[in-house]
Amino acid sequence: MTVTEDNKMDIRDDIMILTGNHAAAHAFRQAKVGVVSAYPITPQSPVVEKIAEFIADGKLNARFVKVESEHSALAVCCAASATGSRVGTATSAHGLELMYEMLPWASGNRLPIIINLATRSLGAPWSVWTDHQDFITIRDVGWIQFMCETNQEIYDNNIQAFKIAEDPRVYLPVINAYDGYILSHTLMPVKLEKQKDVDDFLPPITHHINLSDISQIKGIDPVTTPHIVIREEGTAPGYYEYRFSLQKALENSINVIKEVHDDFAIRFGRSYGNGIYKAVETDDTDTIIFAMGSVASQSRIALKKFRSEGLKIGLVSLRLFRPYPSEELREFFKTKKNIIVFDRDIGYGYEGVLSYELKAALYGLNKRPNIKGFIVGLGGRDVKTEHIITGVRRALNDFEQGIFTNKTEFLGLRLDELRDYDESTYFKNG
Amino acid sequence: MVNVMDLPEEEYIYPGTRACAGCGMALIYRIALKALGNKTLITVPASCLTVLHGMQGFCSTKISVYHTPFATTGAAASGILASLEDKGLADEITVLAFAGDGGTTDIGIQALSGAAERGTNFIYACYDNEAYMNTGVQRSGSTPLGVKTTTTPEGKYGHKKNMPKILEAHNIPYVTTGIASYPLDLYEKFKKAKDIYGPKYFHILSPCPPGWGYEPKDTILIGRLAVQTGFWILYEVENGILKLSKPSSRYLDPTKRKPIEEYLKTQKRFSQMTQQEIQVYKTYINEMWIDIERRIKSQEI
Repeated sequence: MTVTEDNKMDIRDDIMILTGNHAAAHAFRQAKVGVVSAYPITPQSPVVEKIAEFIADGKLNARFVKVESEHSALAVCCAASATGSRVGTATSAHGLELMYEMLPWASGNRLPIIINLATRSLGAPWSVWTDHQDFITIRDVGWIQFMCETNQEIYDNNIQAFKIAEDPRVYLPVINAYDGYILSHTLMPVKLEKQKDVDDFLPPITHHINLSDISQIKGIDPVTTPHIVIREEGTAPGYYEYRFSLQKALENSINVIKEVHDDFAIRFGRSYGNGIYKAVETDDTDTIIFAMGSVASQSRIALKKFRSEGLKIGLVSLRLFRPYPSEELREFFKTKKNIIVFDRDIGYGYEGVLSYELKAALYGLNKRPNIKGFIVGLGGRDVKTEHIITGVRRALNDFEQGIFTNKTEFLGLRLDELRDYDESTYFKNG
Repeated sequence: MVNVMDLPEEEYIYPGTRACAGCGMALIYRIALKALGNKTLITVPASCLTVLHGMQGFCSTKISVYHTPFATTGAAASGILASLEDKGLADEITVLAFAGDGGTTDIGIQALSGAAERGTNFIYACYDNEAYMNTGVQRSGSTPLGVKTTTTPEGKYGHKKNMPKILEAHNIPYVTTGIASYPLDLYEKFKKAKDIYGPKYFHILSPCPPGWGYEPKDTILIGRLAVQTGFWILYEVENGILKLSKPSSRYLDPTKRKPIEEYLKTQKRFSQMTQQEIQVYKTYINEMWIDIERRIKSQEI
């Protein structure tokens, strides 16, 4: 059956059939964002088209600054946030990379901006299809980074993201990511909460900078030296102290993330594991798949197949990628024996990022689990259940034989179909 | 016409800034803030003005300043304004963007063009010291022909970009040029711009002692020479109508203009110019004025 806009679920009034992009837009509407600034890019564009429609229809009272590039989009967001508004945007791949300069500006200023990221692979060559490379590449800029698995989670996590970002113990920007097309353009039922309940959960922003209050004169981000500045009027921290506080804020945000997640769960009846990761069928097994987003979703199907064959495999779907929840993961994995990691990204020249980061996080355990990583689905190549199954079997076989390697293995490659493929001429001829 | 007694006594820049002695920009900034007053929010990209603003923890002005990365001045101003609109404060507070020539004519031109095209209600002031002075005198898109900089030791190829014309092409309500050597003219223009709705663009020549190679005491003199030789023309374009500003109006008559050599010889950066290049300058200045004259005449019809 084809699901169309007219074919809305009639079970309850407040359940709508929405794409991931539109779920994000509805969350922005209900969070009552004050300023949005964005530039079109596939597959994100429907988020901001919908926001423009909400504003035109009077359903959202926000300023939408329609800029000439993503670099400007995030620059507008940073300045608007510093002036005191609730601010958000959306982007993908090259848009996020063009924003790169502004990303540490936002986190360094501790600006609670939300970016929705419909993930997409990075060129060259051009590709509009999903992988997690854009999301992974910005991991060191000081943003909180979430990966969603369903459209409901996109909606829920946007509302949570504003609450987390604007918490005075945090004041950090947040990226809320979801797979391009797989979620961004796929219709799913999404329960939208009542506006009053959202308002109760998410009160108006109290900004720590708020330049709009001109009675307070502030110089935001002047040149900051390596030294402490001491004057009669007071002391000011050096760059090193600023960056220390950013790291501390990220570390401390994990507890706030859990707290906000749990509060949301109590109020609205929906939870996502412990807010940090989702453990699926992990209690009765010591062999675990570790993945996020669309790869975790596909792994859920693989779990069922394994179980039907009598093989007990569990899944940990990572939700919070930054700050990296190493303590939580260490606690979870300390009793596990085998971990198979599927990365829809790659730390080029090394291996999948989820894989090597998990290895590093578990290094201190007395009994370290076996870990093997695979690369899957770059540039939108289908991640099939059979790839997950093949990976798990190959990994278990390797562990049994004591083979451990960082050498990357790509699942789902189809080199054998390239009959006339000659790498030396392929790139020359484009 | 204001006279010097009309200027507010209130200073919005604290004394002892880190700008160089004789800095043209510091004077421009001082005049602009006097005209706009403290119900203003300022955004500044990487530039000499960042240096003036000093170091962490303190603000060198009595007005809040939001520093923003080099390419983003137009966008940052748009963001501040959008937030003020969101908070219902946009009618009370003026948004001022203040950037150098590199930040305006080169790396910031895209964000500025976008902000102008969107009709952003703000004042954008470019103080033009005709090179990247803050990073050590490298050439910019606003460096004049033949000028020696650290990246054009042989002298710069080609004339500077005509940035006011580029902004005029955006059909914005107010474009003007200025210079600190004529402070009352500059003050009046900022006063006027404050009450105009939409994008307002100022292009202000800013003599720079270390970058141009002259004694700090000569900033005002050199600025006057720029106007008197006809090299720097003071004018306003209000809703498409060009009007020469008073200090420049008499130089519409070419016989009133001082020879360009008088301006060039005051600065080391022009020291290696050939006679041929000086001739090119004369033609260039003449053509700028012919263009102005033609426009004024066509407006009369």
